[in-house]
Amino acid sequence: MSRVEAICRYWFPVAAIVVPLAIIVALSSRFGGLLLQRTMTEMLISVVVVVGLYVFVGNSGIISFGHATFMAIAAYASAWQTCCRMLKPITMSGLPPFLRYHSVPLLPSAMVSILLAGIAAFLIGLILMRLRGLSASISTLAVLFILNVVYSNWDSVTMGTASIVGLPMYVSAWLALLCAVVVIVIAYVYQTSRFGLAIRATREDEVAAAASGISLYWSRLGAFALSGLIVGLGGVLQAHFLGVVSIESFFLTSTFLALAMLIVGGMGSLAGAVVGVVVIKFIVDVFRSLEVGISVGGGTFSLPAGTQELAVALVMLLILVYRKDGIMAGREFTLPRRNSNGRGRDNG
Amino acid sequence: MNTLVQVLVNAIALGSLYALVALAIGLVFGVMRLINFAQANYITVGAYALVVPSASIAPALLLGALPPAFMIAGVLAVVVVLALLTERIAFRPLRNSSPSTLLISSFAVSYFIQNLIMLIHTGRPKSVGIGQSLSNAVEIGGIQIAGVQLVTMIVAAGLLIALVLFLKKTPLGIQMRAAAENFEMARLLGMSADRVIAIAFGISGLLGGAVSLLLTIQTGTLDLRMGLMPVVYAFFATVIGGMGSLPGAALGGFLVGVASVLLQTYLPIDLRPFRDAGVFALVILILLVRPQGLIVTGAAKERI
Repeated sequence: MSRVEAICRYWFPVAAIVVPLAIIVALSSRFGGLLLQRTMTEMLISVVVVVGLYVFVGNSGIISFGHATFMAIAAYASAWQTCCRMLKPITMSGLPPFLRYHSVPLLPSAMVSILLAGIAAFLIGLILMRLRGLSASISTLAVLFILNVVYSNWDSVTMGTASIVGLPMYVSAWLALLCAVVVIVIAYVYQTSRFGLAIRATREDEVAAAASGISLYWSRLGAFALSGLIVGLGGVLQAHFLGVVSIESFFLTSTFLALAMLIVGGMGSLAGAVVGVVVIKFIVDVFRSLEVGISVGGGTFSLPAGTQELAVALVMLLILVYRKDGIMAGREFTLPRRNSNGRGRDNG
Repeated sequence: MNTLVQVLVNAIALGSLYALVALAIGLVFGVMRLINFAQANYITVGAYALVVPSASIAPALLLGALPPAFMIAGVLAVVVVLALLTERIAFRPLRNSSPSTLLISSFAVSYFIQNLIMLIHTGRPKSVGIGQSLSNAVEIGGIQIAGVQLVTMIVAAGLLIALVLFLKKTPLGIQMRAAAENFEMARLLGMSADRVIAIAFGISGLLGGAVSLLLTIQTGTLDLRMGLMPVVYAFFATVIGGMGSLPGAALGGFLVGVASVLLQTYLPIDLRPFRDAGVFALVILILLVRPQGLIVTGAAKERI
């Protein structure tokens, strides 16, 4: 195999995800209305979040319910730095003075927020990654609840359960696409690196991996911190797309939706994470418009509110029962091998 | 002195409530390696079965209008049927899946049922008055105890004893403990997997129904997420107690309940809203010291 071909082969799974995403965004911004563009942006932000979740859950095989925590940490951190300069001293009087009276430029504030999410994930991971798989999953739930309780009641800094409004809304579809691409590349490089391969080995067989000299603790901690970092980026994007931050949007519903996307697509591969986002986003939007009502013939037909949630849960259950590895079943999009020499399918 | 005793009574009442929920979680986990999020919905559905579906915030009573004995039987029956249905429809096809898959599927089942309740009953919190006669305080040896708490303690203690007797003395109970120890071996020795799992779900439904009645009498309100906090507490209880250990689950339940009441009482007033965070942080601290839980069973370790 020539060097060029090897490079092509290596990058094909990424290109097979990124190029269609870029085409969809280009088409929708060229021909679609404002609504479609907003939907695309939401979808791309979900791609960032779910790929972030995938970096830990997919590679380690440990379900995490705690990732909305890191979204919230980054989103709030960004809100403290960039939001509503005039109101901040009144509404968030508990902020330290350098934040209370100043705003930070957008790019540094975003980077600081993302870094903060990554550090939080690292510190929490220091404790949680000592636990075995299921205990770790449940403990991530504890983290989610702790953050929710703290941010809902820390009135002088987070405005409690009220929403912080007035964040600069700078996230366009193109920026979201750029972030999604960067994140997908990072996730791909990570999962094909020696660290990624090590943690994927622990996913397949903890004992065998440990016997081969892989530290369960450090490999998982690395993935957890990286995934916190990426999810933090998702939180910042969401905050500056909506212009609003509220703690309720980083709790069980968003956790469920992100997990549903990952599971439906297949948590074993990067392609699965992205495909899951697209499929679930499509289902949610179809049902959302059905709930609003569409006119059929003369009358209007609409489903009761709440049907979209039922539909998503049902799709997820059906996938779990009938195709439990998800739509992509742990495979990436790969080029077919030119000369098949009986080595079987490559699921890098 | 009296206040201390009263705090202790509160602590024990809440602790035994959480112990019940934790046991329900622990039983199902023992036989199936499933951490059942839907337990929260069992509790919620039991409470909502008391009232007629409507958008009203003070709805007419349905099962709640029956005489107490029938009301209790009715609620328990509804919840047991629901538990068995979720087992049959959602969890049985997944029986041989990994614990992570099961965990995720129970999350989906829970989300599904919660939104179904919302479709039927709307999302607004409602008030419901049952068992008002229990709200009077009873005086025992100079100590005032709210009737509800006395009932909670008695019911919880009764159920715990009944459960222990069932698990230790009856053939089915022994099969269930064997299943929790080593499911494959128990099957090879003639245990019927379907039956034992169904019974585990039945009991978890029964416990869920009892908890939902106790909670409704205590708070007098119905809320879509009313089952969530007890079940989340119970999850942590099973984790700190040691996954797969029934005594561990009960012990963990008591611990988190007691910790919750003590923090509620002795935290400075400004910090009280953060009580739950305190309890959960305590959970994480315990795990830091004993990652394997307080009581370790053979079943918790992976066999090679």
